[in-house]
Amino acid sequence: MSKNNSEYLISRKDNQYEVVIGLEVHAQVLSESKLFSTSATKFGAEPNTQVSLVDAAFPGMLPVINEFCVKQAIKTGIGLNAKINKRSVFDRKNYFYADLPQGYQISQFKDPIVGEGKVILDMPDGQKEIGIERLHLEQDAGKSIHDLDPQNTFVDLNRSGVALMEIVSKPDLRSPNEVSVYIKKLRSIMRYLGTCDGNMQEGSLRADVNVSVRAKGSKELGTRCEIKNVNSIKFMQMAIEYEANRQVDLIEEGKLIDQETRLFDTKKNETRSMRSKEDAHDYRYFPDPDLLPLEVSDKFIADLKNNIPELPDDKKKRFINEFKLSPYEATILVSDIDIAKYFEEVVVKMGKNKDMKLAVNWITGELFAVLNNKNLEISQSPVSAKNLAILVNLIKNGTISGKIAKTVFELMLEGDKDPQKIVEEKGLKQQSDPKALEALIDKIINDNREKAIEYKQGKEKLFGFFVGQAMKASGGKANPQLINEILKKKL
Amino acid sequence: MSEIINQSLTELVENVKNKKLSSTDITKAFIERSEKSKELNAYITEDFTSALDKAKKFDQKPNLDLKLPGIPMAVKDLFCTKGIKTTAGSKILNNFVPTYESTVTENIWNEGAILLGKLNCDEFAMGSSNETSFFGNVQNPIDKNFVPGGSSGGSASAVAGKLTPITIGTDTGGSIRQPASFTGTVGLKPTYGSCSRYGIVAFASSLDQAGPMAQNVKDCALLQEVISSYDPKDSTSIDFERNHYSKELTNNIKGKKIGIPKEYRVDGMPKEIEELWQKGIQYVKDCGAETVDISLPHTSYALPTYYIVAPAEASSNLARYDGVKYGFRASGENLIDMYEKTRSEGFGAEVQRRIMIGTYVLSSGYYDAYYLKAQKVRKLIKNDFDAAYKKVDAILTPSTPSSAFKIGEKTNDPVSMYLNDIFTVPVNLAGLPGISIPAGHDSKGYPLGLQIIGKAFDEQNILNIAFAMEQKINFKNKIMDWWIK
Amino acid sequence: MSIDLKTIKHISKLSRISVDDKRAEKLVDDLNSIFDFIEKLNELKTDNVKPLTSVAETTLKLRPDEVKSKNIREQIIKNSPQDNEDYFVVPKVIE
Repeated sequence: MSKNNSEYLISRKDNQYEVVIGLEVHAQVLSESKLFSTSATKFGAEPNTQVSLVDAAFPGMLPVINEFCVKQAIKTGIGLNAKINKRSVFDRKNYFYADLPQGYQISQFKDPIVGEGKVILDMPDGQKEIGIERLHLEQDAGKSIHDLDPQNTFVDLNRSGVALMEIVSKPDLRSPNEVSVYIKKLRSIMRYLGTCDGNMQEGSLRADVNVSVRAKGSKELGTRCEIKNVNSIKFMQMAIEYEANRQVDLIEEGKLIDQETRLFDTKKNETRSMRSKEDAHDYRYFPDPDLLPLEVSDKFIADLKNNIPELPDDKKKRFINEFKLSPYEATILVSDIDIAKYFEEVVVKMGKNKDMKLAVNWITGELFAVLNNKNLEISQSPVSAKNLAILVNLIKNGTISGKIAKTVFELMLEGDKDPQKIVEEKGLKQQSDPKALEALIDKIINDNREKAIEYKQGKEKLFGFFVGQAMKASGGKANPQLINEILKKKL
Repeated sequence: MSEIINQSLTELVENVKNKKLSSTDITKAFIERSEKSKELNAYITEDFTSALDKAKKFDQKPNLDLKLPGIPMAVKDLFCTKGIKTTAGSKILNNFVPTYESTVTENIWNEGAILLGKLNCDEFAMGSSNETSFFGNVQNPIDKNFVPGGSSGGSASAVAGKLTPITIGTDTGGSIRQPASFTGTVGLKPTYGSCSRYGIVAFASSLDQAGPMAQNVKDCALLQEVISSYDPKDSTSIDFERNHYSKELTNNIKGKKIGIPKEYRVDGMPKEIEELWQKGIQYVKDCGAETVDISLPHTSYALPTYYIVAPAEASSNLARYDGVKYGFRASGENLIDMYEKTRSEGFGAEVQRRIMIGTYVLSSGYYDAYYLKAQKVRKLIKNDFDAAYKKVDAILTPSTPSSAFKIGEKTNDPVSMYLNDIFTVPVNLAGLPGISIPAGHDSKGYPLGLQIIGKAFDEQNILNIAFAMEQKINFKNKIMDWWIK
Repeated sequence: MSIDLKTIKHISKLSRISVDDKRAEKLVDDLNSIFDFIEKLNELKTDNVKPLTSVAETTLKLRPDEVKSKNIREQIIKNSPQDNEDYFVVPKVIE
């Protein structure tokens, strides 16, 4: 583990505290039907229209497990470099709540499907390894809606029974920033694998955050508090910051920290204790007698392993080795599968004589700026990879200058126009004929004899003036490189 | 041809197939008898009008290739029947009408049978006397004010009283076999996984099994053939090749080895039971089988094991009855209050007791000492049977430690009620098939049963042994129709 | 091992069944006599015994990822005690 120079510490008078964080991430499995029932899983359906008799826990209904969800969990485990358990058990977690129709959740307690693993984070000052404790499959609960009626709660069971993967990290995280990088990495891995779409706004990815503090350098773990159901990275970071400071304040005052479950209040930006827990939940876990232990064979696992797509870490290595990208560039381009796909398509479409650096800069510079501005994902990019590749090639082969390319790019945004066509229609081709440029420059130098003399006598800044004049005279189309060369020659 | 209600299922089926009787004839007869028998309180819900319509429809275009062509049948109110109220004997489901059918009853209707109505049972199948039903006690046709046994009390009473030619019950700790013994009828609990649990109101998932309750072994075999099937909607359903139980039924059990487990001779067991058992041993020998003394050392631990495992699973299975989605709901000031009042008012005392036991044995700090321990002892009990079956093909025991008792006699003492199941419970714990056949009468003239326990999936063998014994025993149920004015 | 009133109150909370004091007293007696009976299991040494996971002699069957249950909202909601066609309605939780 590399030295983390920018440690996240909380200081008070003479004391410094470090923060220890563990995350329990709940990721909704991408599948057509639910974990133990055959109803649909699509987001946003009308209330209670994706609920089967099994989901609503009618008398006599029984669970039957979805093979694809098992595969998705194993694939994710492989992506986390984790041990796949050939035998795992489903347990009932018993508690009462309106959106839990059975009065228990089918989960995995002692024998989860995936064991220990690890995730590598690319931090600014090196790589950091975060341990994974386990991954298990469980049912999601329905939704309780409290604000449609003053006296009552409305319950929508569409989500009840959807497959979730619960990914538990070891308490290896040390800062809100690390948490952000971790979540993004997890999300990226699952999106690469197609096992979860990682859409936090739609609730496909949520986390419970465990926070404790301890004196800097201490090896003991402090009492932790769990902040439940935080559904955005920003809120997670705010919650951690608030909670860590709250705990430090208590310690400084000589008080003890109660181990408890808390909620993050997004309006007040603070965590508060969950009032309804008079007794700690006693979940009375026991193996679900309606289900037998799950057993998967070596072949089952091997088949999945052999069909895993290239994952971010491997893709990054390849981008560095094959495309000669810098680690920084590679990290950005593999950070999400859609970005990687876009980039790879641009590379392919550029064909021979490709300018990799140019392509990288255009994607991470101009394109990302547009996407951020318009709040779009790269999968919704107004400019296709094919056309961006053409644009980059046009610059590379000197047809247009980089500056002109920016203008062309703006015009491409309306309906993904072919840049080649734009250049032709607007006559934006760079003027690269040396003879024509020489003639042009000769005229400029003639018209500005004094300045030319001043330059020759040492006023180097005037070079820019001549470049500017040349560009103006050519209507911006002069090849800047050639202009520079010719000017140097003539002045 | 004897009177319709006195015919066995097998005879009725034959008579429909050779057109001597119509479905309407048979259905009318059983409806009439049922209507005269309200004092037995065997029914919770009657569906007579609809049954008659179905019978008439059947007669218009009879399909005589079916196994139960036009045969009317009432079933235990634990099976979800589409469009017909299904209560599980409880107030909390008093108004519940399923929009779906259980697999077992689906199999029955697919073979041409017609629903007469839903039969009374102990609430959520918890009981051994049908005294815990929200819909009142059931009377044993043997004698007034005597219990029919439970939890399938209504079923046993209906068969013995001839309100239905045959029926199905469920058995978790003895709920088919014990009432069969108390009413002088035949009851089979199949191997766990033989009949689908889909659509049956769950009590204890690792123990529940549906099974036929009939007047004789051949009828029982026929119905078992119909109800046993592999069901992918039940993850504990087993895909094995099922015999044609009635076709392959034979009384030839020569050379079969029948185990006699010494641990079933319990302290304080009435002499009559021991005598009946000895008679049974003799019958079996008369049929050409051999008896072998065996030991099932952990037998006495079966009942305590059962009373940990079953309530534990039940406490979880019954958590869904919360007034939110269906069933009875009490009004409450907030969600928790609503839950507590709904379940307190909706569940009877025995159910509440078992939920509490179950919740306790699973609770923090107690799981290892109780539930885990019980699952270990269960393994030992199963091992006992596995070892025994290396030496014998089946096991013969009494079905119950006594004949039917008076209504109210044991309601104040839960433990004495639980002791009714002492001979039947080990069979559920091991997941094996067991059948009870009426084998004699006690000094009061009330029926007593003998139980034959088989290897897993070996229903044919125990049906054959039962069939052979039945012929030797030649049991006559002394039912005087006391309830019919 | 004795069950007292406090335990009954605790279990009744966990199982969401309210019991008044009279019933609670009876439950104390009932449960104690039942647990006396269950205690018999302590006679057995089971340290080296593996617990039974299921009597069903088969492995867990996996089903294909198909949507078979379509929109049956009417069926699902029609049995519910409150009158709302789209949602289940319950009294509010105090958070």
